[in-house]
Formats: sequence, C-alpha cells, structure tokens
Amino acid sequence: MDGVEHVFERMVHDHQDRLYALGYALTGNRHDAEEVAQDTLLRAYRALVRYPPERVRELKQRAWLHRIAVNVARNRYRRPGPRLVELNGSEQDAAPGPEARALQRVELDAVAAALACLPERYREAVVLRCVQDLSYAEAAEVLGQPVGTVKSNVHRGLRLLRGENDERFDS
Amino acid sequence: MSVSTADLKRLGEVKAPAGLAERVLAGAGLADEYARFDTVIGAVFVAWNRNGVSAAARSRSAAEFEEYFRAEVRRPLLPGTPPAAMEHRISDELSGKRNLRFDLRGLTEFEQAVLRKAREIPYGQVRPYSWVAREIGHPSAVRAVGTALANNPIPYFIPCHRVVRADGVIGNYGGGGPEAKKAILSLEGVRVQQLAELARAGVRYQGVKTTGVYCYPTCHHGRRALERNVVWLHDADEAKAAGFRPCKVCRPAA
Repeated sequence: MDGVEHVFERMVHDHQDRLYALGYALTGNRHDAEEVAQDTLLRAYRALVRYPPERVRELKQRAWLHRIAVNVARNRYRRPGPRLVELNGSEQDAAPGPEARALQRVELDAVAAALACLPERYREAVVLRCVQDLSYAEAAEVLGQPVGTVKSNVHRGLRLLRGENDERFDS
Repeated sequence: MSVSTADLKRLGEVKAPAGLAERVLAGAGLADEYARFDTVIGAVFVAWNRNGVSAAARSRSAAEFEEYFRAEVRRPLLPGTPPAAMEHRISDELSGKRNLRFDLRGLTEFEQAVLRKAREIPYGQVRPYSWVAREIGHPSAVRAVGTALANNPIPYFIPCHRVVRADGVIGNYGGGGPEAKKAILSLEGVRVQQLAELARAGVRYQGVKTTGVYCYPTCHHGRRALERNVVWLHDADEAKAAGFRPCKVCRPAA
C-alpha cells in the first residue's frame, strides 16, 4: 500500500507538467487543462491502488497517462453544451511575470486556440506527436490506431495549422 | 494564423500551475493538510494526513507554518478542514488523554523509537534523557536521544517536553526554548522549581519507607506517600543498599 502511494507521488511529480501541457493543447484553454491534468492523475491513482504490484512496476507511465488524459479530454470536449474555447489571458495569473512572459502566454494561448479549431482526430494526432513529442509508435498506441493513420492525421493537421488548404478536409 | 512546429513544441513546454500537485495528492488523500487550533497552550498549527498527525508548531502565521513543514517534513501541504473529531482529540491529547494517531514516516527507526517512548511518559511527569535511551535499548545513546527529541516534528502532542536533564537543568526545547518547556510542564502540574532544586542537590529518586519502593520524583505512584515516609535517594546503589526496589511503573533502574 505504501509502495503505491510512493509510486504515485513520484508520478505526480514527474508528469504533472506534461499532462498539463497535453490538456492545454487538447482543450485550448488553461482552465480545462488544469482539470484534465488533475482528473487524469486521480483516475490513475484509483487504478494504481487496484493493480497488482508487478503491473504497477512494469507500467509504461508516460503512454498510460497520455491514454487516460486523451480520454478525459475527449469527455470534456464531446460534452454537449457551450464550450469554453479561448480566454486569451483573461484568467487570473497565479504569478504574473515580466512582460516578456505575459507576451509568451498570449502567444501560447493563440497556438492552443488554433489547435482547438482542428477536427478532433487531427488535433489529437498533432498534439501527441508535435506538442508532447511522442514517437509515432507511442502516439499510435495511445490512440489505439495504426501508425499509418496517425502519420497521415499528423500530416493533415499540420497542413491545416499552416493555413494550407486541404481538399480532403471534412470537418 | 499560421502555426509552426516550433510553436507546438513550445506549447509542450508549459509548466503546470503552482499547487496542482498538491491538489492532486490531496484529492487522492495523500497530501498533508493543516489548520490552526486554539488550545490550552495557545494557537497551534497542526498538519495531518490519512495516517495521522504529521506536524505541529506554534507558528506566528500560516505562511510560517507552511515554510516549517516544507523544510522539516518535505511533503506538499495545503490548508484544510479538519476531520470532525480532531478539535476534541487535540484538546484531549493536551490534557493527557492519548487518542491521536501520528504519522512518523520519514523519521529513522531510532527517532521513531525515541518519540514513541516519550509518548509513554504520562501527563504531568518527567523522565531523564538517559531513561529514554535505556528503555529503547540504546543506553549509551543519550545524546542521540536529545537530538531526536529536539527534531520532534510534533511537539506538545508527542511530549518531548517531559524529557529533562537529570542534573536539574530543564534542557533545551524545540517547541519554543527552555522557558516554553517550563511553562508547559507547569501547566501539566509539574513543580518545575522544586524538581530542579532536588536535582541540583543530587537527588534522583524518591523512596517510600512503607512500601520499600523507589520512583522518579514525579511518578504518580510515589506521590501519595506521607512526607515523613519519604526518603530522598541519590542513585540506584544507595536505594538498593537502603532496601528499596525500583518502581515497576516508572522503572528508575534497569
């Protein structure tokens, strides 16, 4: 029991930034990003305490957490009702930094907002590959799709983001 | 707008906001929480988690307590709402009833043994450092016992103030210096001044002629003796020579 707690504390410490970034890129705003990261880690904890010790030990934490986070994020953006898209820095900043940082924040918000406009399957592929820097194989594992599908989705997503038209684009 | 892969990479480098890890661990019941309690010894900040009380300090502010906790216990800490029974248990504990649980993870075996032993000393009584050392099976580790008690993360509740020097000097105290130690002992009804005078005079034990038993002066088993039946003793050999046996409750000798 104590072992799982320790594993989890380390997991939170090691992955909180990555999961927050993932939530931010998938949902397009910082508020949802925080909830995605929190929900993901809490779900992970509830699963960990039920796993036998060898499974906990052999767990590929990064891929596993990404898979949970993608599901958590999907539940949020597939939920009916109004979606929170872009607040452009109107939320409270916990630690207001120098102007340069504020500017960077606005720029990042714009990038996240652009991602939020992509169709779901392109967005997820692009986020896992280009934002989170997973390999195609890992991204394919997380999404449960063939590697080829992920590659073409990343490619199309990037073209859309660059503002190039894609005649096969069917949102 | 046109988004480049460098932009995407930078998006992946954002940091989670401060407090996220704490909120997650608290949600899983793993983080420590704290609150301020008004007690007989004044305002005390107490931290707890699912294993029990993990730290206490009479800090002047919440910020000061958080800083103390992070330095000493090195775990995340959040302000919290105490469990319903906690207020009661805390005041019980400070009036001598023992019903709090403690979380001593992070301390060494030795430190834990010292603190558990200190907790066995009843309310209103004191024992020397050497007693703790002997009782935990390390009779020569008196100094290490002092250090472990000085680093007690849960003073007041784990009563390190009930461990004093055998020579009558009250001894240092992590919970607020020697004066605070005296004040807390006095509050518990220990006659600190008298005890110090006895110790300075070389008196360690109190023998009772009618029972043939000798105790530490604060042991409650010796306190009902009439004054004319009391013999003050300097050491175990003197007690033995005078025909006394050690008390089985306060265990003044091995």
